[in-house]
Amino acid sequence: MLDTLLLSRIQFAANISFHILFPTITIALAWFLAFFKLKYDLTGHPVWLRAYRFWVKIFALSFALGVVSGITMSFQFGTNWPGFMEKVGNIAGPLLGYEVLTAFFMEATFLGIMLFGMKRVPPKIHTLATFLVAIGTTLSAFWILSLNSWMQTPTGFELRDGIVYPTDWFEVIFNPSFGYRFFHMLLASALTASFLIAGVSAYRMLKNDEKHAPKKALTVALTVAALLTPIQAFVGDLHGLNTLKHQPQKIAAMEGVWETEKGAPLLLFAIPNEEERRNDFAIGIPNMASFILTHDVNGEIKGLNEFKGEHPPVKPVFFGFRIMVGMGMLMILVAFVTRFTLWKKGELPKWQLKALVAMTFSGWIATLAGWYVTEIGRQPYIVSGILRVEDAVTTIASENVLFTLIGYLTIYAILLYAYIRTLFHTASKSVEVEEYDMKEFAEEVTRV
Amino acid sequence: MFNPEYLSLIYAGLMALAVLVYAILDGYDLGVGMMIPLDDKETADTMIASIGPFWDANETWLVLAVGLAFIAFPQAHSMILQALYIPVVFLLFGLIMRGVAFDFRAKARVKRQRRWDKVFKFGSLLTSFAQGYMLGLYVIGFDNTPLAHAFAVFSGIGVVCAYGLIGSAWLIMKCEGQLQQDAISWCKKFARVAFVGVLLVSIINPAINEWIYERWFDLPMALVVLPAPIICLSLFVILELVLQKLPKSPDNGAWLPFLISAFIFVLCFFGLVYSFYPFVVPGKLTIFEAVADASALTFLLYGVVIVVPTLIAYTLFSYRVFWGKVQPLSYY
Repeated sequence: MLDTLLLSRIQFAANISFHILFPTITIALAWFLAFFKLKYDLTGHPVWLRAYRFWVKIFALSFALGVVSGITMSFQFGTNWPGFMEKVGNIAGPLLGYEVLTAFFMEATFLGIMLFGMKRVPPKIHTLATFLVAIGTTLSAFWILSLNSWMQTPTGFELRDGIVYPTDWFEVIFNPSFGYRFFHMLLASALTASFLIAGVSAYRMLKNDEKHAPKKALTVALTVAALLTPIQAFVGDLHGLNTLKHQPQKIAAMEGVWETEKGAPLLLFAIPNEEERRNDFAIGIPNMASFILTHDVNGEIKGLNEFKGEHPPVKPVFFGFRIMVGMGMLMILVAFVTRFTLWKKGELPKWQLKALVAMTFSGWIATLAGWYVTEIGRQPYIVSGILRVEDAVTTIASENVLFTLIGYLTIYAILLYAYIRTLFHTASKSVEVEEYDMKEFAEEVTRV
Repeated sequence: MFNPEYLSLIYAGLMALAVLVYAILDGYDLGVGMMIPLDDKETADTMIASIGPFWDANETWLVLAVGLAFIAFPQAHSMILQALYIPVVFLLFGLIMRGVAFDFRAKARVKRQRRWDKVFKFGSLLTSFAQGYMLGLYVIGFDNTPLAHAFAVFSGIGVVCAYGLIGSAWLIMKCEGQLQQDAISWCKKFARVAFVGVLLVSIINPAINEWIYERWFDLPMALVVLPAPIICLSLFVILELVLQKLPKSPDNGAWLPFLISAFIFVLCFFGLVYSFYPFVVPGKLTIFEAVADASALTFLLYGVVIVVPTLIAYTLFSYRVFWGKVQPLSYY
C-alpha cells in the first residue's frame, strides 16, 4: 500500500503540473493580446482585430483551466500539507495574500470586460482592460515565484522554536534566486505562447487558410521566439550559476557528479545509478561542465557524496535537465530557421509549417521539465534547510488520498484531451470564417 | 505592528466579508448554472450570458476567503480542511467541471456542446451541495455520526435552495419575456423551501445548543439581535408579495427580488457568525487562539487597506459596464 506521504506528493505534483500548463500560456498570451489590440487601435487595420478575436478565445479557455486548477491548489495546502503553513505560514501566507489581492481580482474582473465588453466600453478602456489583465497575470507570477524562490533559497527570517518569523520583507521577497527564476519563467511563458501561436497558425495555413490574420500572428510569434530563445538560454545559464552558489546539491544532481571533481565532464548521456552511486553508460565532453559552471576548465564541482541524505533523487533531476535543455536547443533551431525563411521568402514551405505544428506544445515540455528539475532538486526539503517534506504532510488516511488522486488524474486527463481537441477545433472552424471586407482592407492597407 | 487581538478581529471581519460576498455573488451564478435547461439551447445561452462576465471574479472571493483563513488562522484552515477532506474534493470537482464547461460549451465541436451543458449544470449543483454539506458539518463541529451527516445533507439541500433563490432573482432582474416569467415561478418555489429551512434552523439551533440560546435570548443583547431573524423571516413574506405582483408588471421593480434575497443572505450570515463568535472552529478554536504572527499580518494589512477599496471600485465598474438586461455574449 502506498503511504499518505508519497500519495500526497504525487497528488500535489499532478495538480501543480496540470495547473502550470495554463498560466504558462496565459501570462505571455495576455501580452500578445495587448499588443494585437494596441496595434489595432493605432493602425485601425482589421487584421489585428482578427488576430485578437481568435486568440482571445484561446485565452479565455486557457484562463478558465488555470483558474479552476489554481483553486484546487489553495485547498491542497490545508488538506495535505498542514505542516507547511504551521512552520512557514508567516512568510508563505502574506506572499500568497498579496497574490490574491493584487493579481487575482484584477485579472478576473477585467477579463470580463476584455472578453465581452468590446462593444460596451470605449476602445481605449477596452485596451486598458486588456493591459490590466496582462499586468495581473504577470503580478501573479511575481508573487508566486517569489514564494517558490524563497522556498528554494530562504532569507530574511529567523527561526524561533522551529517556526519561521519574517525579519526583513525585502529580503524575503527579493531572495537570492528570485530574480533569475522570475525572468526564466516569464521567458518560458513568452516562448510557450509563441510556439503555441506559431503552431496553431501554421495548422490553419496547412488547412488552406488564406487569410492575413494567421500569417500576421505567425510572423509576430516567430519574431518573438527568435529574439527570446537565445536570451532564455543566457538567463537559464545565469540561473544555473545562481543555483550552484546556493543549492550545489541540485547542480550535482543535474550534472550527475557523484564525487567532488575538478574539470567535471558535461554528460550528454548517462544513467545515474543511485545504489552504486555512479553513472552507467556515460558519454560526456571532458571538462565542459566545469567550464560552463565555473568558467574554468579545471573548476571544482561539488559531488553528491558530500550531501549524503541531503540531496535529491538523481535520475529525475538529471533527465529533466537534459529534456529541458534539449527542447530549448530545438526551439532555438526551429525559431531561427523558420524566422529566417520567412524573412527571405516571405512565406514558409509546407515542411516548415508541419514542423511548427509539431512544436506547438514544445514550451509545455520544456517548462514542465524545468520545473521538475528545480522542484525535485529541492528534495528532501519543502523549504531548503528548514522543513523536510515528511514533516509537513497530513495525517489523513492513505485510502482517502488515493481516492482523490485517482479522481484528479481522471479529470485532468479528460480536460487536457478536451483542451487540445478544442484548440484545434477552434482553429479549423476559423478557417471557414470570411476574411474581413476587402474594400475596407484596401483602404486600410495603405496605413499599415 | 498591530496588537494581535485587533488583528484577529480585523482578519476575522475580512474573512467573514469575503465569505458573505462570495455566497451572494457566486451564489447567484451557481444558482443560474444549476437551472439551465438541457433541451433549449437558446434559453441556456441567455442564462449563461447573464453570468458570463462575472463568474470568474465571483469565484475569486472564495480564493480570498480560503486564502485569508490560510494566512490569518492557519491552524483553523488545516483543521477544517482536513476534517472536510472528502467533501472539499467534491466541491473542487464541481468547481472544475463548471468552470471549464463554461468555455467548452461554446467552443467544442457542436455535437459535444450539449454534453458540456450537462457538465455545467451538474457541476453547479455539485458545488452548491458540497458547500452546504461542508457548512452543515462545520456547524455541528465535525461530528462523524450518521445524524451529523444527515444534518449535512439537509444543509446541502438548504444551500442549493438558497443559491437557487438568488440565482432566479438574478434572472428576474437580468432577463425579459418568457425566461423572466419562468424565473419568477422558480424563485417562488425556492423562496418557500428556503423559508422553511431558515425557520427550522432558527428554531432548532437555539433549542439544541444552550449557549446559542443564551447568546440570542439573554438581555440586553437580545433586544439588539433578536430583530434580525424576525426581519429575515418578514423579508420572505415581502418577497412573496413582490413575486405575486411581478408577472403582471415585470418592468416595475424587477431588481427587488435580488435585493431582498441578498438581504436575506446578509441576515442569515449574521445569524451564523453571531452564534459562533469568537470561534473559528466551532467549540474548538477561537480566532484569538488561532491567529498567525502579528508582524506577518501587519505586513499584509497595508496591502489590504490599499487594495480592497480598489478592487471593490473596479468590481462596481464592471457591474456598471454590463448593467441592464442581458445581451448575447460575443467576443466583439
